[in-house]
Amino acid sequence: MSKTIFELSTKGRKGYTLPANDVDIPLDEIIPAQYKRESKARLPEVSELDVMRHFIMLSHKNHFIEKGLYPLGSCTMKYNPKIHETIARYSCFANAHPYQPEETIQGALSVMWELQKDLSEISGMAQVTLQPVAGAQGEFTGIKIIEAYHKAKGNTHKDTIIVPDSAHGTNPATCSLVGYKVKELKSDANGRCDIEHLKTLVDENTAGFMLTNPSTLGLFETQVEEISRIFHDVDALIYMDGANLNALLGIVQPGKTGFDVIHFNLHKTFSTPHGGGGPGAGPVGVVEKLVPYLPVPIVSKNDSGYYLDYGHEDTSIGKVHTFYGNFAVLLRAYVYIKMLGAKGLRRASENAIINANYLMARLKDYYHIKHLEYCMHEFVADSSWQKKANGVNTLDIAKRLLDKGFHAPTVYFPLIIPEAMMIEPTETESLDSLNAFADAMIEIAQESKENPELLHEAPLTTPVRRVDDVLAVKKLDPIFPIKN
Amino acid sequence: MPYISNTPEERRAMLEKIGVTDFDQLITAIPPQMRLEGLLDMDEPLSELEITRRIQKQTCGDVCTQAVNSFLGAGVYDHFIPAAVDAIISRPEFHTAYTPYQAEVSQGTLPFIYEYQTMICELTGMEIANASMYDAASAIAEAILMAVRKNRLTKAILPATLHPEYLRVIRIYTEGLGIELLTAPTKDGLIDLDALEAMMDDTVGSVVLQTPNFWGNIEDGEAIGRLVRKNEKALYIVCASPISLAILKAPAAYGADIVVGEGQALGNNMNVGGPLFGFFATKLDMARQMPGRIVGGTLDKEGRRAYALTLQAREQHIRRAKATSNICSNQSLCTLAACVYMSLMGREGMVEVATQSAQKAHYLAREIAGVKGFTLAYPDAPFFNEFVINTPIPAAEVISRLLPQGIYAGVDMARWGNDNQLMLAVTEKKSKADLDALVKALQEVRDV
Repeated sequence: MSKTIFELSTKGRKGYTLPANDVDIPLDEIIPAQYKRESKARLPEVSELDVMRHFIMLSHKNHFIEKGLYPLGSCTMKYNPKIHETIARYSCFANAHPYQPEETIQGALSVMWELQKDLSEISGMAQVTLQPVAGAQGEFTGIKIIEAYHKAKGNTHKDTIIVPDSAHGTNPATCSLVGYKVKELKSDANGRCDIEHLKTLVDENTAGFMLTNPSTLGLFETQVEEISRIFHDVDALIYMDGANLNALLGIVQPGKTGFDVIHFNLHKTFSTPHGGGGPGAGPVGVVEKLVPYLPVPIVSKNDSGYYLDYGHEDTSIGKVHTFYGNFAVLLRAYVYIKMLGAKGLRRASENAIINANYLMARLKDYYHIKHLEYCMHEFVADSSWQKKANGVNTLDIAKRLLDKGFHAPTVYFPLIIPEAMMIEPTETESLDSLNAFADAMIEIAQESKENPELLHEAPLTTPVRRVDDVLAVKKLDPIFPIKN
Repeated sequence: MPYISNTPEERRAMLEKIGVTDFDQLITAIPPQMRLEGLLDMDEPLSELEITRRIQKQTCGDVCTQAVNSFLGAGVYDHFIPAAVDAIISRPEFHTAYTPYQAEVSQGTLPFIYEYQTMICELTGMEIANASMYDAASAIAEAILMAVRKNRLTKAILPATLHPEYLRVIRIYTEGLGIELLTAPTKDGLIDLDALEAMMDDTVGSVVLQTPNFWGNIEDGEAIGRLVRKNEKALYIVCASPISLAILKAPAAYGADIVVGEGQALGNNMNVGGPLFGFFATKLDMARQMPGRIVGGTLDKEGRRAYALTLQAREQHIRRAKATSNICSNQSLCTLAACVYMSLMGREGMVEVATQSAQKAHYLAREIAGVKGFTLAYPDAPFFNEFVINTPIPAAEVISRLLPQGIYAGVDMARWGNDNQLMLAVTEKKSKADLDALVKALQEVRDV
């Protein structure tokens, strides 16, 4: 195994240059001795070339979107256009400080103002905050807004949020973080909300409902209007988890169809890079009656230009980020939206849906698919046939896909489908790459009959073989023991 | 159409394979009355050239910190970033990878997080760090929540010397959970130790310290640690500037239980204030109460060294409503920048950056204190690379008078209620000439 950066260290080696210090004040005069560090932090001593080789060596061991298809359901690994990167590096953005005089960041503020406007239009909402820096923080912001609405109306008895059993884990976790109780709603035989069950859950204490639409099964919730009535009748609000909004661009405006709050995952829907786990951005849109509760500031415009608007400070839920959110991520989404326009966004969703349905059509004879109807941007297959016949499970199939140069789908989620494989090809994949992936999946189905042992052994060709994550917990090793 | 590969012919062939003739047949699950008629109301689509020109036009009046002599700080700092940092983080291998859920094809991302965690622990003196939080503010908030999980005591003491915007975020994260936030008052720019001592009792669950504090002053972590220890159960949460830790005592040395901080200064651009990243480190015996992702070393099935996400049973995708936090995506790529930055600067470079920043800040403070009408707001408090001055006229006026001279004079403290105060940050990027230019400009302000 390759060495860590710490093992490459050689005393006295340097990987940086700095101008000579032209101010001579002894450190002892300015930092009291009792506050000073006794020995230097044992960071590596390496050259720039050492650093480049080390991280490039590591980079070769990653899967990434330019290497191959990344069919992680609900994660939406679409291609990230390179123009985003060029523009994000313009000095007027990258080197702008959040407390610069507003007249010196008018361009940056205009990007935010226009993005607020475009996201409002896309979602059919009245206004959008760009501040939340991740989908989960968007959820938190949205639920805080719901809480603020109830507080303002004196709905102090409302203490529960209802979440479907197909929801992402962040939904119930968010409710707990805000201080709400969570009730879980069952899915019906068609993979939709079980309305009869829902009616037994909703009462005067219900504060809201979180619904991912399309759901994590890749199905559009057909009963939105009825659900909306049930909740609004008890003055509860409906939150749409926008993780799968990339299926609905220009097709459905959630804010005009009964949803009160929505979060966007800009890194999914609007193609900003995932960066190995962030940074993303999770703006939140709300209907008119909730606008007063949005975090401060939002960006507004008057005769003299764009400005950070703290005008609704008295009713706002406050702030969820030190400054104004992940600006550099917002900027990339802005470029994407401006380049696609209304037609392009609609086209992106259409192709995402077509690509998913095409893959489903190619795989449905080889893998069990519980909900065999036209899907939206993703669908959930499972390995129940393979498991029953050959003892091959979803993990085996996922690992074998790695051997064939593809990333695995999202596995074992949603929890309501045993051995789930949630497949989302995204619109940026071509027919050729979809066919290559389908061929690989079909080959694996064949291999599971002929040579199940091979699948238990997989992966065979990756930088390391199957990784023991149980050991990683049992013998916790979170940091390298630096020796010198 | 940008970024769509399939041609109209391929699209038709695919629809045929699916068994429909028209796209609309695929979305019959969407009730017709819910569908948008016509197109969204948006600008016409732009080509790469057009969007580039449009943005250049929109921003041509903007003036970034590199085009002027900037002394802005207050949570985001303009330290030098070696070119190799961007060369690494812009590699698609890191840039367009997802969260490392499939460990076998993530042995690039996982080890850098492991190395990053190690560096954070080395700076802070702690035993385990997570893969990052959103920013220092949310990291402090999560640390307070973690303390409550640990000791079930719902009272947290925050210092009046804490960044006011952090306080706002902490408040929103804690208010619904029955957590009581108390404020330890300030005296001469530092926490009032006597007042803090009087506040400490058995019901206090955590005490937060920010050092250097919001005004740049270095707090007495040792003395405060002794006060926190008066309640054995209380956890000591320290929010530290990572650059300062190259020369200042690691918080573990004065008894910190959880150490967090704003990581932007480590190799990340300022980007109008985001993305930032919060680092989060603690002791091993509290590992299972931590929020966020953690990477651990392990073995593959052939016994080779490998890395994996670990202790995932804490997290929302497993534990759902009972998770330690709702965090999913964090600020991973920013921690890669930090990891590469700390590798390049290394043991000596980090010390040099911290030392130069402190020396230059002190030179500037001394010079400004010599300008008639300007005084240091906290002349007796030790500080690192940031300090507050009292201005003879409202700070907003100082700022606007210096603006045409190409100087961003600092952060106007009017934002937080002090009209005649300006806060200035200095990094190693400043030359003596830059500092002298500011002093000269301030003298002229006085002369007007």
